[in-house]
Amino acid sequence: MTQNILSAQKENFRSIDLRKKTRWGESVIQALLFIAGILSVFTTLAIVYELGKEALLFFGNPDVTFAKFLGSTEWQPGIGHFGIWPLVTSTLITSLIAMFVSLPLGLSAALFLSEYASTRARSALKPILEILAGIPTVVYGYFALLFMTPLLQKIFGDRVEVYNMASAGIVMGIMILPLISSMSEDALSAVPRALREGAYAMGATKFETSLQIVLPAALSGIGAAFIIGISRAVGETMIVAIAAGSGPNFTFNPFKAAETMTGHIARISGGDLSYNSIDYNSLFAIALLLFIVTLVLNLISQRIVNRFKEQYE
Amino acid sequence: MNSSNTYYPEGASFRSALNTRYRVASMWQMIFFSALLIAIISLTALLYNVIDGAFGYIAFDYKKDPATFSATPLPDLKKDELLTILKDHLSAGAYNKLDNEQPMLKRSQADLYSLFMERLIQIDTKQTWSLTESILHGAEIRAEVAKDYPGAKLEFRSWLTPQFLVSPMSSRAEFAGVRTAVLGSLWLVGIALLFAMPIGIGAAIYLQEYAPRNLLTRIIQTNINNLAGVPSIVYGMLGLAIFVRVLEPFTSGRLFGVTDSNGRTILSAGLTMGVLVLPLIIINAQEAIKAVPDSLRQAAYGVGATKWQTVWHHVLPNAIAGILTGSILALSRALGETAPLIIVGASTFISIDPNSPFSKFTALPIQIYQWTTRAQSEFHAIAAGAIIVLMVLLLTLNATAILLRNRFQRKY
Repeated sequence: MTQNILSAQKENFRSIDLRKKTRWGESVIQALLFIAGILSVFTTLAIVYELGKEALLFFGNPDVTFAKFLGSTEWQPGIGHFGIWPLVTSTLITSLIAMFVSLPLGLSAALFLSEYASTRARSALKPILEILAGIPTVVYGYFALLFMTPLLQKIFGDRVEVYNMASAGIVMGIMILPLISSMSEDALSAVPRALREGAYAMGATKFETSLQIVLPAALSGIGAAFIIGISRAVGETMIVAIAAGSGPNFTFNPFKAAETMTGHIARISGGDLSYNSIDYNSLFAIALLLFIVTLVLNLISQRIVNRFKEQYE
Repeated sequence: MNSSNTYYPEGASFRSALNTRYRVASMWQMIFFSALLIAIISLTALLYNVIDGAFGYIAFDYKKDPATFSATPLPDLKKDELLTILKDHLSAGAYNKLDNEQPMLKRSQADLYSLFMERLIQIDTKQTWSLTESILHGAEIRAEVAKDYPGAKLEFRSWLTPQFLVSPMSSRAEFAGVRTAVLGSLWLVGIALLFAMPIGIGAAIYLQEYAPRNLLTRIIQTNINNLAGVPSIVYGMLGLAIFVRVLEPFTSGRLFGVTDSNGRTILSAGLTMGVLVLPLIIINAQEAIKAVPDSLRQAAYGVGATKWQTVWHHVLPNAIAGILTGSILALSRALGETAPLIIVGASTFISIDPNSPFSKFTALPIQIYQWTTRAQSEFHAIAAGAIIVLMVLLLTLNATAILLRNRFQRKY
């Protein structure tokens, strides 16, 4: 009797297979999920391939030489002028104006929110920045053309053209402000409390602590925010398309109209554009330039953020 | 003790130095705060600017006297009266075209009335004024109109009316509406979500639950973070190259027997938007999945669940609120995005409702762009009206996201 039970148990024991089972359903699901994950890589590859292919067609055109591309200040691909500079300078000017507006404001706002504001004040003030961040750029474009430009014209008089880089740049700065402020605030609050307490113990005021202790400690993060801000400004389209003017113009006067790289792409592709024309290919060359610039800026910024994260954790 | 006096102030001079430091400190606190003040002022100015543009006086003239069509005063015209007037005075071709778009007999009185005004009477706008001007300088405006445009009528007009919401596009600002644009936007966002949500959530599950810690995973993750920072106009170029050109047989519907369109369809634009919001959805979904505590997973494994059973029955139900919130936020991004649509080829003048993925389309932000860049001020007024519609849509979406978050947020 006992023997029987024992042998039966032994039998049962042997029949339980403890090796890992192959479950086909599970494998199929995992494969599908993997495909979903890898798809984003193909997006990047597709961007690089398509932009690169058309840009190569543009540069492969016998009329387009690098000397013309970088050595001339007129951009009219339709009639054989291939100087990229007017588009680049206006992009730089609008972006610089935007950074002049957004960096001091965003940084000040971040300092106030992270160092001075009470929890209640923070919860009242932060939504305002979030609303600013959520407004579509086309609405900012409307604001630039129909509010900021008339305002500038009132202040500076007739020197300000109806379409001008200054108004587009300032409004772009307001648009980027929430981004700079929230990224800087993250950097500031990552500074350990002990540093602040140390400064207070030495008799420093709140301002001295913020500016001489916390700010330098968070500088890398703020640099990252600044770089992301530039990248956003360079890639911004609608504000400049509406308010900065149409038609490439090589000028350094911010009150004049000049088309940026993004604005140019938007205007030309908005019309009836035939495929495989030099105009069509040139747009891809500009877009490729834009993609590379923003990608490099974003990568630098990410590196900085990752490095300073390691410092305190 | 005395030797330190050469380095540090004491007594009165110490106090004065300290006071100076405090003054500087409080001054800077004001400066820091003023940055936020400027943000608030900007936001207020923007909202004011939009509302200011959407209402106000309009001076206009009838090109044809209403009395030539009917003896009844304008607002009292009945539906059948309007029908006969339209039938009598419109050319047969124009009437049939309207009838084809939507049977005339089934149209409402308001609809017929606006057709009557638009096609027969024809309004000639002389000048428009903003809300502030209308309120502050009402008397001067009236005097100006009487002097400059004798015979013109002056009316206080809200450009944002129920009629504005349901009217299709028109080349006349006074009769244009956002109906086709709103429908186009909804189609776009719908297609974008259908495409991006399953893939995005799948990718997030893979990265959080399945992916081994290796080079490939790191590449995928870095790549997603970078894609989130690519300018939207570049996505537009990608959409133009891939969806509009390469996949034209599919996106134009030729594979499905649609013949009258090229690749510049709602489907192309929707897929482009989908690719654009994909990284946002993945990142948000990853955050939501990350927030699910490991103990839940361990418990599931402990009772013998497989990996997928754990994910499906334990991780996802706990993360779904966060995933939905993130997706709604991505959706609101897609709703306001303009540049890619311009590139992919939104048509600006569409008066027929989009009715299939292969329709030509326009969208709300495209209309705002188009109207803002027109020179005439009446188009700026309807642009302001369209902005209010867009902002209300966005506000509703974001409020839904916040409610969802508060309702289902769990603390572990």
